[in-house]
Amino acid sequence: MVTFVLPRLVSFEGMGRRSASVTERNLATLRSAYWIVMVSGFLEPVLYLFSIGIGVGGLVGDIALPGGEVVGYAEFVAPAMLAASAMTGALSETTFNFFGKMKFMRLYEGILATPVRPIEIALGELAWAMVRGVLYSAAFLVIMVLLDLTTWPRALAMFPATILVGFAFGGLGMAVSTLIRSWQDFDLIAAGQFALFLFSGTFVPLTAYPEALRWLVEITPLYRSVHLIRGLSTGTTGWAQLIDVAYLLILLAAGLAVAGRRMTRLLCK
Amino acid sequence: MPSLIHARGLIKRFGDFTAVDGIDVDVRRGEAFGFLGPNGAGKSSTMRMIGCVSPPTGGVLEILGLDPVRDGPRIRAKLGVCPQLDNLDIELTVRENLTTYARFFGIPRKVARRRADELLDFVQLAERAGSKVEPLSGGMKRRLTIARALVNEPEIVLLDEPTTGLDPQARHLVWERLFRLKQQGVTLVLTTHYMDEAEQLCDRLVVMDGGRIVATGSPRELITRYSTREVVELRFNAESQQPYADKLDGVGERVEVLPDRVLLYVHDGDEATAEVHRRSLSPASVLVRRSSLEDVFLHLTGRTLVD
Repeated sequence: MVTFVLPRLVSFEGMGRRSASVTERNLATLRSAYWIVMVSGFLEPVLYLFSIGIGVGGLVGDIALPGGEVVGYAEFVAPAMLAASAMTGALSETTFNFFGKMKFMRLYEGILATPVRPIEIALGELAWAMVRGVLYSAAFLVIMVLLDLTTWPRALAMFPATILVGFAFGGLGMAVSTLIRSWQDFDLIAAGQFALFLFSGTFVPLTAYPEALRWLVEITPLYRSVHLIRGLSTGTTGWAQLIDVAYLLILLAAGLAVAGRRMTRLLCK
Repeated sequence: MPSLIHARGLIKRFGDFTAVDGIDVDVRRGEAFGFLGPNGAGKSSTMRMIGCVSPPTGGVLEILGLDPVRDGPRIRAKLGVCPQLDNLDIELTVRENLTTYARFFGIPRKVARRRADELLDFVQLAERAGSKVEPLSGGMKRRLTIARALVNEPEIVLLDEPTTGLDPQARHLVWERLFRLKQQGVTLVLTTHYMDEAEQLCDRLVVMDGGRIVATGSPRELITRYSTREVVELRFNAESQQPYADKLDGVGERVEVLPDRVLLYVHDGDEATAEVHRRSLSPASVLVRRSSLEDVFLHLTGRTLVD
């Protein structure tokens, strides 16, 4: 029989451990069906790479980078697909799934009765979203090297960059999820996400956009991500990539701050 | 001995609405303490403040000698919470619900597994350990929620309406388990709008109405103070009971008119019944019973329970 008579002091200090316990909860839910979701998420950018990068690329020919270097179209598109897949992986976990857990499963109400705090739930969920995103990215990088679209050392440099992209979009997705009210709003998110996917210098260079609109493209998070990863992939990095890194770090910090505060407001009334 | 929960002038407001309006509470170690009241009395808001998931708007609140706003995580580490609506993890099995929850408290995996098995035995769910949560009955879910609240070996267990919505068998099983916890020295704090539940489980309770405490004491004390030894329930076959009530003036200490019956608060029920007949009144039914908390409640809040 459990001895409740002398309750032991459970010391559980530390944000890291509490956040990790939230990630661990998600790992425990992994069932065979989840692998189907994982495979489909991985296939999407690969299919784009083959159909557009290589298929359409055959018609397009070579592309000149801003620095003057000329690369094949597939080499141009592949890093953008990598950035986009990091975005998709992070957003799918932090919008749809996160919102469902918060509003409908009432999962977080149970967790908040323990020492875990709202910001730690946000961090734990974000880390979980990264687990998924990291797997997609790693697999895609291997394909890029095998297709001779980049080199191993460059792929190794791109890997942490994709993690940063994932974190930034994960933070953004979580912040947005705490602000939306119903499932209908997800159509808006999906539309926004698709617009980003199409118009963030993914399939055409920035110079292809009307000059008056270029600034608009340049301030989108996916453009900064594509810019960063394409620079690393084609070996054309410069100071401009530091701006990308700073931009993504700020997005991450702001997203987490908003998510933590909104969760406290929504759940700790 | 210092109290485990200490509140003075505790207030909770949501915008213009005052849910808890300046209450004083002291819960001592090892006792079962109840908040009794109708829906909307402020019981759940009080419980959420004690559970450190809802910051007080005003007043003093100390739990285990700590400040719930500043030391939330430290206090919650020693609380077990059984909420009004089950919020079990539907993506996990029965056993995983306990082991995963233990991890939120930083309990090592091995200890968590052992404790999960012990608790499943305790709430008689060992056979359903591998099942998902969804197919469980309401009573089973509630028992699992109680087991989950015990996974960190808490000093205080908070139970918000622990048996609301359960069938009689399930209620009695929950009561019996809670009584065993109490015997083991766990401090229980519960809310209820069931009088029998309060009488069965609580050593001491407060009656809440409209965010305020209207009475404090043990069930027995409250009955002695606010009611009489016995109650006679009379039913008359008529549209209104009021005319009969007027004729019963002076029979007992007090007459209460309900839509379907008249209650006489008396010392001796049989003697009062004889007096009713002497006044040539012939009720369709007469019930003499001991006074209960429900009578206290009616007296204090002047109305029947809103369920």
